[in-house]
Amino acid sequence: MMNLDEIEQKLLKDVASITSVPEGAYNFRVNGESISRQSSEHINIVPKINKSGIDIYISPDTKDEVVHIPVIISKSGLKEAVYNDFHIGDNCEVTIVAGCGIYNCGTDDSVHDGIHTFYIGRGSKVKYIEKHYGAGPGAGKILNPVTNLYLEPGSYAELEMEQIRGVDSTKRLTHAELKDGSKILIQERLLTHGRQTANSIIEVTMLEKNTSADIVSRSVARDYSRQSFTSHIIGEALCRGHSECDAIMMENAQVVATPSLEASDINAELIHEAAIGKIAGTQLTKLMTLGLTRNQAESQIINGFLK
Amino acid sequence: MLELRNICYKIGRREILHNVSFCVGSKEFVAITGPNGSGKSTLLQIIMGIRQPSSGNIIFNGKDISKISITDRAKIGLAYSFQQPVLFKGLTVKDILQISATGNETFLVDNDTDYGELLRAVGLSPEEYLGREINDSLSGGELKRIEIASAFARNAKLTLFDEPEAGIDLWSFDKLIKLFRNRPDKAIIVISHQKRILDVADRVLKLENGRISEVTKL
Repeated sequence: MMNLDEIEQKLLKDVASITSVPEGAYNFRVNGESISRQSSEHINIVPKINKSGIDIYISPDTKDEVVHIPVIISKSGLKEAVYNDFHIGDNCEVTIVAGCGIYNCGTDDSVHDGIHTFYIGRGSKVKYIEKHYGAGPGAGKILNPVTNLYLEPGSYAELEMEQIRGVDSTKRLTHAELKDGSKILIQERLLTHGRQTANSIIEVTMLEKNTSADIVSRSVARDYSRQSFTSHIIGEALCRGHSECDAIMMENAQVVATPSLEASDINAELIHEAAIGKIAGTQLTKLMTLGLTRNQAESQIINGFLK
Repeated sequence: MLELRNICYKIGRREILHNVSFCVGSKEFVAITGPNGSGKSTLLQIIMGIRQPSSGNIIFNGKDISKISITDRAKIGLAYSFQQPVLFKGLTVKDILQISATGNETFLVDNDTDYGELLRAVGLSPEEYLGREINDSLSGGELKRIEIASAFARNAKLTLFDEPEAGIDLWSFDKLIKLFRNRPDKAIIVISHQKRILDVADRVLKLENGRISEVTKL
């Protein structure tokens, strides 16, 4: 497929579930270059002129279409910052599948900074799926995603962001601003192991009335890895905000969770929950009474938690 | 099927169980009753391997299983239903039923229809519950029914229930027991204070101060 080698094809499958050329609009970026791009009747992908990245224009009333924009890096030492802007018209219903996989077998760090900005039109519904994965025996696999979202009245955004494994360092920043009646659901799943570090900041500002934000972060920190999670919900009108951060720690890992709420309107209802702890002994015992070994039970709990 | 020989259990100097011995036949339904703190739950946990006895032996189908793990006890045909159901963020009711059914070499269920029947047997609608996560959005009663369904999904030779009816309204465990007893060669031990459950048991053991003080045969 598109002259990808076996490793690149596997990365593509892991981060975007792609095994053949997808239907509809897509842009495949491999080792710093766009190797294949296709627009569709309602979705136009245009490369940026003065910097790396693409503009994705989605026509108003586009329904049930999927855009794939995966990134693969298999060249050691490649460092890139890519700017992708999504201009989504009114009353659309679309899914955007992003994701980045890095295979590094060399001595230099490979870095991908993906800066995605979404302008979501009135009444539109957008689902954004982003998976990150690192592999290979070489130096750093580093991913620093920035996701900016601007939601027009009555729109809805759902984000599924997952760091599967193998990413040595990540600094994640997700920023959203919501106008009248718009809603956002952000689900983040992170796994770190070895001596990896992950820092995630999610900020949502509800600017106008009848807005809502739900942030759900689940993470597992293993070995000597370190994680830091900060959620900041700001309510400036009649709105509802909820933040939930759960982390499982194993071995010698460290986790810091800092949920914060800020309200400047008496009608803002904001809640946060945060829990950090090891796998509960009763969970392991329960699964062992069902015939699983301790290791199988542990895997089952972690896989379920990060599902 | 099961024989307990002089089971003792101590925490420090405090003796929780003292020389508890009894047998359970392969199709028998034994109820254990007694006041709070008499050692009932500890006894069931010892049978399942969750706690280790200070002394004594547990014989299951002719083999001494006193030293084997919880996992291995599950694999040879023991199942256990917790008094306090365990929450799992990320695991659904279907996941737990699937693990329960496949963890045992004797498959009972392998598809959604069978999982649905298990849920209906405990008074829950499969359409509503199969996809639900086992978290604190479920009530205590709902969790308890799911816990019982997972124990039944094991289709084990011996199933241990620790106060299965506690926290459950509008549904009777004794009806389920009658269904369960239709399965051939299956034994049950139930801890209960409920007369309606004790009434359908083959034998009732009363535990007081860590000793069997009374045996009633029906």
